Amino acid sequence: MKSEIQLTFENCKKEKRPVLLTYTVASDPNKKKSLQIINSIAKHADIIELGFPHSTPVGDGGQIQTSSNRAIKNGFKMRDAFQIVNKFKKIYKNKPVILMGYYNMIYQYGENNFLKECKKAGVSGIICVDLPWPENKNFAKKCKKKLINFIQLLAPTTTKDRMKQIIKASHDMVYYISMLSTTGGKLKISPRKILDSYKKIKRINSKKNLVIGFGITDKTIKSLKSADGLVVGSLLCKTITNSLKMRQNPVTKLDKVVYNLKNKIL
Amino acid sequence: MSLKIKKGIPLIDQHDKNGMWGGKFGGNFVPETLKKPIEDLEKLFSKLRKDKSFIRERDYYFENYVGAPTPLIKLDNLTDHLGGAQLWAKVVSENPGTAHKVYACIVHCLIAKRAGKRYVCTDTGAGMQGKNLAMVAKKFGLKAKIFMGVRDIERQQKNVIVMKKYGAEVIPVTSGSQTLVDAVSECMRFWVANCQDVHMVIGSTVGPTVFVKISGYSTSQISRELKVQLIEEFGRIPEKLKLLNCVGGGSSAYGFWSEFIDYNKKHVQLIGVEAGGSKKSKLHAAPLSNNSKLGILHGAKAYCIQDNDGQIGETESLSSGLDYPSVSPLHCFLKDTGRAEYTSATDEEALNAYKLVSKLENISPSLEPSHAFATAISLAPKLSKDTILCIDSCGHSLKDSEIIREKLGFYTE
Repeated sequence: MKSEIQLTFENCKKEKRPVLLTYTVASDPNKKKSLQIINSIAKHADIIELGFPHSTPVGDGGQIQTSSNRAIKNGFKMRDAFQIVNKFKKIYKNKPVILMGYYNMIYQYGENNFLKECKKAGVSGIICVDLPWPENKNFAKKCKKKLINFIQLLAPTTTKDRMKQIIKASHDMVYYISMLSTTGGKLKISPRKILDSYKKIKRINSKKNLVIGFGITDKTIKSLKSADGLVVGSLLCKTITNSLKMRQNPVTKLDKVVYNLKNKIL
Repeated sequence: MSLKIKKGIPLIDQHDKNGMWGGKFGGNFVPETLKKPIEDLEKLFSKLRKDKSFIRERDYYFENYVGAPTPLIKLDNLTDHLGGAQLWAKVVSENPGTAHKVYACIVHCLIAKRAGKRYVCTDTGAGMQGKNLAMVAKKFGLKAKIFMGVRDIERQQKNVIVMKKYGAEVIPVTSGSQTLVDAVSECMRFWVANCQDVHMVIGSTVGPTVFVKISGYSTSQISRELKVQLIEEFGRIPEKLKLLNCVGGGSSAYGFWSEFIDYNKKHVQLIGVEAGGSKKSKLHAAPLSNNSKLGILHGAKAYCIQDNDGQIGETESLSSGLDYPSVSPLHCFLKDTGRAEYTSATDEEALNAYKLVSKLENISPSLEPSHAFATAISLAPKLSKDTILCIDSCGHSLKDSEIIREKLGFYTE
């Protein structure tokens, strides 16, 4: 049986457009609002990435750090992430949700318990920022057994040999980090160069769905639309921060931003 | 898996192929971007360790720049005052960097030069690591970026001024608790974004495996010297020897102990003293002596102060240098194998120890080693006169002069 993630990529391919993945943080700005946010942006986004915030996110830049801190300050607990996904999936039955975060949270929950809760809530995939290959071998296997995608990451520093091994170990989707940066950095290389690297990776296995993330905003997304999928995260976190500052409703603000992003890649 | 220390092999090399000690502590839990830079560094470091010219260069700087060996002195007045075991101090702070951090900074800068990197970056809590890297980087013609929590910048101004004097850029870290843990995170983020031009230096035996190893490899100089000095002084390693060291990340303690790990613990006892925080507060920075759970922080699995969900917990200590929620995988391994014992001392006990030691002796330990002195002072009266309590005085108090003046009402420079 094909996974929800795989089907999403196939559907978008038919429509000749990339998959749009959005990243927001669970319980940012609070539990209720973060559910409203994903319920609203899912009208435009194809895959929802939901971050489970960690106090020490070494791979994240300022925007996601701010969102994570806000969520933790507002009392985020791991079970909140599962509850949010569960409620979301009641409305959007076939829309994939990917949980993303740091390994210590999974480790403390217990890998098996974590996956059990993921399954119950309807999580389709997991991205674990600080559990690279081969450290993730065991956990990735456990995910596969539960029919949950473990999404492997590739970076500009990943050697070709390593890429081959990682892609071999990957499931339906692979995530390419566009540049040497934490999340939300300014795009410091040209989209053309990013696409060059992207094509090189696709040549290793053209069947794997490859998404690009890091540094993608409303200004850069159009130039990357030939990819299988594109992830936007920091821009959305920043939008939440700004709308809170301006006392605006982040739900409607984000809806607009994601609608715009979608229009740029149609 | 049973945890066991092998004899005749440095502890830093007793990890498995995943970089874990006892299959349980350490490892490389890092973003994908850092996998290649870490692998490159592992290869280079293992090559350089066998390279005679590298070792010659290292020893040259240890002798002519650090001024090895640092003195081992008997604390006669303190011994008389306490009336029990003999107290000795290895005054590691008697070097141009006034702390043990100088060793790893030299080794890291030598590696950075060989790797062709022009920049070095590091984290700092008390500012000792920052000061030493700034000083050594200047000597080697490298540019240094120092990440330091805003709270630490406030309480360790003296070291910040010195770092800037050496031409380093001090980058204030405003995230989280604004202390060492956040400085390490920010330094790692900077490395993620700049790993092609920058060599990262982690200030202690923490972080991904190779950083634990380089740090421990460097500070081992302390116990190599100590072993020679003890034999010169006593004709052998004393029958009842206890080595006391403060433990934050744990680089000075590992360096103070590394040559003695193979000895029977009844012969050479290893005692690590963590920061217990204020007497009035429940917070501390002592994961080992409080039985904190295993967790993953800054790339390594180790005992770590955290909540049930895995959020890293708040810490508290008057000494910025010990104020870290986790600890070296090496010390987790030493604890679980029973080779070393860990306890903690409170802020107040450390201050009192500082007061007594600096009053009676011509040494002036910073707040970090004052924690080890505090434990030594409480142990000494109960022990026989042929017991040797040796304390690593790994930092000088000058950086703490303002805190000490505020708490005790005086500070003598």
